[in-house]
This record gives sequence, structure tokens and C-alpha cells, in this order.
Amino acid sequence: MSAHEFKSPVVRWIDHRLPVFSMLHHTAHEYPTPKNLNYMWNFGSLAGLSLAIMIVTGIVLAMSYTAHVDYAFLSVERIMRDVNHGWLIRYIHMNTASFFFIVIYLHMFRGLYYGSYKAPRELLWILGVVIFLLMMATAFMGYVLPWGQMSFWGATVITNLFSAIPLVGDSIVTLLWGGFSVDNATLNRFFSLHYLMPFLIAGVVVLHIVALHRFGSNNPIGIDSTGPQDTISFHPYYTIKDVFGIAVFLLLLAVVVFFFPNAMGHPDNYIPANPLQTPAHIVPEWYFLPFYAILRAVPDKLGGVLLMFGAIAVLFILPWLDKSPVRSARFRPVFRIFFWLFLVNAIALGYLGGKPAEGVYVILSRIATAWYFVHFLIILPLLSVFETTKPLPKSIAEPVLTGFSSAPEKAFAAPRRL
Amino acid sequence: MAKSNSKKKLTSAGVHEPGRRDFFVVATYAMAGLGAASVAWPLIDQMNPAADTLALANIEVDISKIVEGQSITVKWRGKPVFIRHRTADEITRANATEINNLRDPESDQDRAEKPQLLVLVGVCTHLGCVPLGQKSGEVRGEYDGWFCPCHGSHYDTSGRIRKGPAPTNLAVPPYSYLSDSVIRIG
Ligand code: HEM
Ligand code: FES
Repeated sequence: MSAHEFKSPVVRWIDHRLPVFSMLHHTAHEYPTPKNLNYMWNFGSLAGLSLAIMIVTGIVLAMSYTAHVDYAFLSVERIMRDVNHGWLIRYIHMNTASFFFIVIYLHMFRGLYYGSYKAPRELLWILGVVIFLLMMATAFMGYVLPWGQMSFWGATVITNLFSAIPLVGDSIVTLLWGGFSVDNATLNRFFSLHYLMPFLIAGVVVLHIVALHRFGSNNPIGIDSTGPQDTISFHPYYTIKDVFGIAVFLLLLAVVVFFFPNAMGHPDNYIPANPLQTPAHIVPEWYFLPFYAILRAVPDKLGGVLLMFGAIAVLFILPWLDKSPVRSARFRPVFRIFFWLFLVNAIALGYLGGKPAEGVYVILSRIATAWYFVHFLIILPLLSVFETTKPLPKSIAEPVLTGFSSAPEKAFAAPRRL
Repeated sequence: MAKSNSKKKLTSAGVHEPGRRDFFVVATYAMAGLGAASVAWPLIDQMNPAADTLALANIEVDISKIVEGQSITVKWRGKPVFIRHRTADEITRANATEINNLRDPESDQDRAEKPQLLVLVGVCTHLGCVPLGQKSGEVRGEYDGWFCPCHGSHYDTSGRIRKGPAPTNLAVPPYSYLSDSVIRIG
């Protein structure tokens, strides 16, 4: 990290003793970035922004929230009706949680499509999956806090997943509850952990960025930079592009917050929790539905739980399942087909997770669940061996300068349709 | 390795022999590990039910007002407990079931002290929802006992699992008859 000459003498004085400005300059200014990144590379900064929004609105909500079974629901209603701008702050917190997951899912599918999980970025990918897990835990516990019917029964069903563990399962569930059912002790600890975990996420995000900057961003053609002709400095080129993405994101978020604030929620959560009555049709938040579908697809308790956790576990070992040396799907014609199939299948799982577990839905869930695992455990390893990939460009600069083409001599003979 | 200030002895083959220093290092790690574990335990165990939670252990219920065919739900340890005054038909069907074919084999006599009165923890053994079938008009599933709508578990008139993902029968809580009309649960 070469010391940068800052203009301001104050900054220079501080930086000499505490090199934070050089660090920032290095990571967000001069950082050499591939020059061909497309809009799929905007979701990292959007995820960071979402986390920041969640932390700010969350801390403010906590100033008026009461973590007690007798008051939690009422304190949230008071936030909605009486606290100045409380409705706005809560709707931002609620809906940014959903947007956060949309952003993260797009960010992950970006990685799947362009092979960003492959060497040397395996740890970067794994840290991302850790963040995803922490986010799910955080969102799950946050959803319990308003203590509505869905809060209570969501908490009951999800904590009971651990009872499937042989021998120690029931003791673990009692430990999680702090009692014989989901109750006040549960609500209190969930609030404590819900407050803590976003900061853990922020810590892992720092590691994620450190790992990212070790080898730099992947790019749409998935080959390494060969030199300065392939990169541009992060600032101003990508800062401005990220700012544009942020503007679009905030616009969409505002539309939902102001016009459809409950569209992604469930009306039953405006009914206070009742431990004696399960709602007729319980569903988790939309972002958990694909995993919920996998859980329900199996007619066996332990099996369902194992498969559900397995669906996330395969993401951890993905870099070793897909051994194809070519990263980007652009040069992997067969992989590309399977990628889109996988995406459709994942959306189908999400749809099925929201339907009652009966009749044709169960059968379809089973097929979609099977396909999820077949994709990772069978298709990807086989493709690594049998797929004939297209020739790669020699450098990032080459297709940028000569149009989208990997082999110039062939480009004239048979123009590729995109 | 010409001039090493390590205290480790080298054998003639050049291999490190474990020495006094290695023993101290291992012993120090072991003590630190034990210390960390003994401090971690209270931090984890505080999450288990507190003394006052454990103290709320039993309730008494008047069963004389439950007419035949009727069910009531009471709350015990934060959970619903189902008490059903079964009809003769329900009892016959519970007894007529071939036990060996059940997922969680149990005879009806083992589940109800007096056959008329069935007392169950109203918590689905799958993932903890409250099954339907207590109120008249609610679906009772294919075996006419209880039906859990969350993921489709069917229980029979003895509360035994017959179909769906739940692994075991609805639990029978510990209870005793204080008199003909009062039971104590817990
Ligand atoms: C990763 C970041 C976060 C996520 C994904 C998240 C998610 C959620 C969700 C889904 C809810 C339920 C919203 C509803 O339906 O009412 C919630 C509620 C809540 N969250 Fe967060 N949250 C995050 C960060 C934070 C932080 C840092 C705090 C600070 C204490 C916080 C405090 C609260 C409070 C007090 C509530 C209850 C009020 C309410 O329900 O609106 N959250 N959170
Ligand atoms: S909780 Fe009853 S079937 Fe899943």
C-alpha cells in the first residue's frame, strides 16, 4: 500500500499516525477494478447499504420497543400510531429486510452465473454464505419481535427443527426457549441476539471485502486481469455506477414503503400471538419459502430438517463441486442452460413453499427438491468433466476493444448471436 | 539451525524430542481451555429454564362439566393440553387399531387411565403447531382424532400418529385423579 499524498495537511498529519485515510483510499478509490463489470456487480454495494439502513432503523426502533410478551405487540402498535414517524421507521425496517434478501439473492445468483466462487475466491464465497446464514438468523429473530401470530408460530416451528436432532434435540430446544414453550424468555433472548447479529454480519462483511481485494472482482467474462489495460480505478468509475444503482434501489424501496408497505408481509402478524391457536395456514417470510418447501417435501422429520440445512451446506462446498476451469457461464453453453433451469427451479420451490402441503404441491415440491440437489451434486461435477467450453478471450481488454468475440479470426466467419 | 536458542533437544536424526518446554506449552493450553470452558458453561446454562419457570409446573382441572363428545383445552407450562371426553365409538375405534402397524406403537389403555377421558399435550410432535379437532366443526383428519394443518399430520382418536411427518404420538402429560371430577396435570 503506497502512501498517497493527501492535499489537506490535517489529513496528512492524521494519516501518518493512523493510516485510515490511505486504507480508505486504497479500498474505495484507486482499487483497480475490471473495466467490463455489468450491473450485476451493483448488488454488493446495495447489500452494504441495506445493512446500514437496517442497523440505523433498528437502533431507533429499539428505543420504543418493549421485549415482553404482554407489551411487545402493543409497543409495536404504539410505534405505528403514536411515536413520531414511527410508522415510517418500522416500514423502512420491515421492507428493507425484504429488499436486503432480494439484493443478496441477486448477488448470489450473479456469483453462480459468472463462477465467482471458483479459485482463488473460494473463501470469499464461503464468507458470503456465512453472511447469508447470519442474515437468515437475524431476520427470523426480528420477525418474532412484534409478537403476532406468525411471529409466535414461526418461532415455534423453527426452534422445533432442532428437536429432530437425535438424543440431545429436546434439551437443545428447551435451551433455546428457556422454558417449556416459546415464551417471554424466548422473546427476550431473541431481542438481545437480534440486536447483536447485524454487527457480527458487519464484521464478516469486513472479512468478505478483505478477501475480495486480495484478488479483485471477478468479471462477466471470468478471466483474470492481465494488467492495467484491463482495469480502471474504482473511483470515480464504479463509485458513480454504484451511486446510480443506489438511487434506483432507494426509489423502488420508497415506492414499497409508501404505497405497499404490507405487500411482502402476512396479515396474520397483526393478530396478537396466541399460544393455544395455530393459524390455519402458517408460512414463513417469503425469503425463506424455498427452504421451507424443501423441509416439507420430506415425509420424515429428521430427513426434512437435514435436507433443509443441506440445501445451504452444499453452497459451502460448491467451489469443490464445480471444478470446471472456466468461470463465466458465457463460455459454458451447457452449464448456462442448467443455470437457468436451476433458477426456475429455485423460484418454483419458493412458490411451492407458500402453498399448503397437500396433493400435487407435495409431489412438485419433491421433484423440485430433488432437482436442487441433483444440480449441485451431480450436474455440476459431471459438467466439469464433460462440457466443451468455448474459447476464452485473451484478456479483458480484447473483447472490450474488438466487440464481443473470443476468437477474432472466427468472429468474421460466424458472428455469434448473444 | 546453526545457532538456535530453542531449548528443544535434537536427536541424532535431527528430530525434536519433546522437552520440558513442550510440556509447559501443552499444560498452559489445557489450563486455558479448561478455564474458558468453565466460564462458558454458566453463560450457556443461563439460557435453560429459570427456577421460577420450573416452579410453574402443575395445574388442577375440573372435568365434571365436560360432556361426552366434548373437548376442552387448558394451558399448562405455556402449552395447550387437550382433554377429550370420548364417545363409546371413539374408544372402540382406538382399541380396535392393530398396534404393530403404528409408527409409534402404543395401546390405548396405556394412553388413557380411564378410557372415557383422554388427556394429551396439544402440540404436534412434528414442529410444534397446535392440531385442529378440539372445537366442533374443525377438521379432525382421516382418523377422526386431530389434524395438524401445518404440514399435514393425522392423529387418531387416541392421539396416535397415523399419517404425515410427525414422528411420535401426541404426548400424554403426567396427570392424576384427585377425585372423580378433578385431575391434576404436572
Ligand atoms: C441484518 C440486519 C437486520 C435484519 C435483516 C432485521 C430484520 C427484522 C425483521 C424482519 C423484523 C420484523 C419486522 C416486522 O414484521 O415488524 C425486525 C424487527 C425489529 N428489529 Fe430488526 N433487522 C436487522 C437489524 C436490526 C438492528 C441492528 C436492530 C437494533 C436493535 C433491530 C431492531 C429491531 C426491532 C426493535 C424490531 C421490532 C419492531 C418491529 O417489528 O418493527 N433490527 N427486524
Ligand atoms: S407441526 Fe404439525 S405437521 Fe408439522
